[in-house]
Amino acid sequence: MAFAAFATTTSEAEQVPRRKSPVALLLLLPGILYLVLFFLTPLISLLLTSFQAPSEFGDIGQYTYAFRWENYLQVVTDYLPHILRSFGFALIATVLALVFSYPLAYFIGVTARPWPLAQSLMLVLVIAPFFISFLLRTLAWKQILSDESFIITSLKAVALMAPDAHFTGTPAAVIFGLTYNFIPFMTLPLYTTLERLDLRYLEAASDLYAHPVEVFRKVTIPLSMPGIVAGTLLTFIPAAGDYVNASRDFLGGPDSQMIGNVIEANFLVLQNYPAAAALSIILMSVILIIVSIYVKRAGTEELL
Amino acid sequence: MRVSLGRWLLPVYAVLALLFLMVPIVYTFIFSFNDSQKSNITWRGFTFDKWLNVCNVQNGAVCEAFGNSLIIGASATVAATALGTMIAIAIVRYRFRFRSKVSLLLFLPMATPEVVLGAGLAAQFLSVGVPKDIVTIILAHTMFCISFVVVTVKARVASLDPALEEAGRDLYGSPGQVFLRITFPLLLPGILAAALLSFALSFDDFIITNFNSGAVTTFPKYIYISASRGIPAEANVVASAVFILALVIVVSAQVSSAARAKRLAKSG
Repeated sequence: MAFAAFATTTSEAEQVPRRKSPVALLLLLPGILYLVLFFLTPLISLLLTSFQAPSEFGDIGQYTYAFRWENYLQVVTDYLPHILRSFGFALIATVLALVFSYPLAYFIGVTARPWPLAQSLMLVLVIAPFFISFLLRTLAWKQILSDESFIITSLKAVALMAPDAHFTGTPAAVIFGLTYNFIPFMTLPLYTTLERLDLRYLEAASDLYAHPVEVFRKVTIPLSMPGIVAGTLLTFIPAAGDYVNASRDFLGGPDSQMIGNVIEANFLVLQNYPAAAALSIILMSVILIIVSIYVKRAGTEELL
Repeated sequence: MRVSLGRWLLPVYAVLALLFLMVPIVYTFIFSFNDSQKSNITWRGFTFDKWLNVCNVQNGAVCEAFGNSLIIGASATVAATALGTMIAIAIVRYRFRFRSKVSLLLFLPMATPEVVLGAGLAAQFLSVGVPKDIVTIILAHTMFCISFVVVTVKARVASLDPALEEAGRDLYGSPGQVFLRITFPLLLPGILAAALLSFALSFDDFIITNFNSGAVTTFPKYIYISASRGIPAEANVVASAVFILALVIVVSAQVSSAARAKRLAKSG
């Protein structure tokens, strides 16, 4: 639910703090220490684990510290399809969520401005999915879209789907689930920027005889860029690392497993910690690279 | 013609989009009344039984998981809210070295996929030899909630008028008094919002929990484990009850703040 966070801080001018005092250190120290201990050092121990070699006794789940960089080669050759699939699925889901959310956010943030109560109630509906368990929501879709369900049997009856086709268990179902689950993360930052959009710019553009499509393309979209950047990041990052939607008990199948699924399996089932760690490091590095390039190109560098 | 079509297109789309978002929620709610047997997949008739006997299924497994989630949520919320609020005050109010490094350290947990956070902590607990139980879950949840608390409270601290605290000091209030009687009450709405957000994040977290929970079951983890053999309707009951409670809290907050805005507009 970082949406509000991301979107509001981008445009807020940073207040310049005035005082220098030892109190600051006292206030910062406990929390910063906590993050160093439980966020930073775990990343380092993940990095160390990713280079570990199996122990010489060959016991399952026993490893010794080493510099086995071949671990990375190994996981890339073993799991390249999963890695590519994760980023591919996340990218498609992000685009779908953007296309779905933009008109909705525009309606709530711009069209509905004269009715603030309606605006806030619609926002409650947008975040309502957060109030019900993420996993139950996904399972609900699995039932609603199962082979015996009303929707799928109807689609088959009107020949929009082949009689022996399935929806659940396919890559399309996983992308659908990712899109649905992360729509609120997209809609809310979009709403926050659109809600503050100065409509006089749009009027000025049409006064200058810009076609509505041109107004949208050249004025509305650039002005809502902070929301688009925040929303796409908030959707893409968790979607790329998700493994609930792609899990076989949920919407996934054998040919739709993502990097998260293999990290989970290697860590919690196979006890192949170095492989899980190497995959995590790859996931995190790729995301950080994508994010920094994307944020630079979109021109909003002060996300926090 | 084009204008009137355009005028209707967006509202109709918005209504359909919101309805689409509600589909799995309504489904989950309806199936909490299903007179189901072991699994809750086909509709077998309406009953209130599951609502009345939530804790009876599987020796109370659903309620035990729910209870664990409440304990974890409450503990992580208290810890993260305290730590995060302190950081937020320091960031807005004071000048200090390593400012940009601190910002980066606060931003990164939000930009890191949960599976990496979960695996990293699990690797650390493993190498240090800490057994995974409810404590490790609380430690993990506190970690990812801190950044969200900082962002939420920071906005509130920034909007606080320093003149109010100066007035308190001018009237010979001690620093402690000024904080307790002026700063803290003014920050309270932001702190409460941050606490609610933390609780919601912790309560619904599955991925990080799964890596750091050992044998302890939280509500989301219970659903994940049971997914293959079928979720009992009682899980839908718990989820629906939580949903209704959260909805009531949020809607009443929205309505009361709208009413307050109206009153202020009238009196001002």
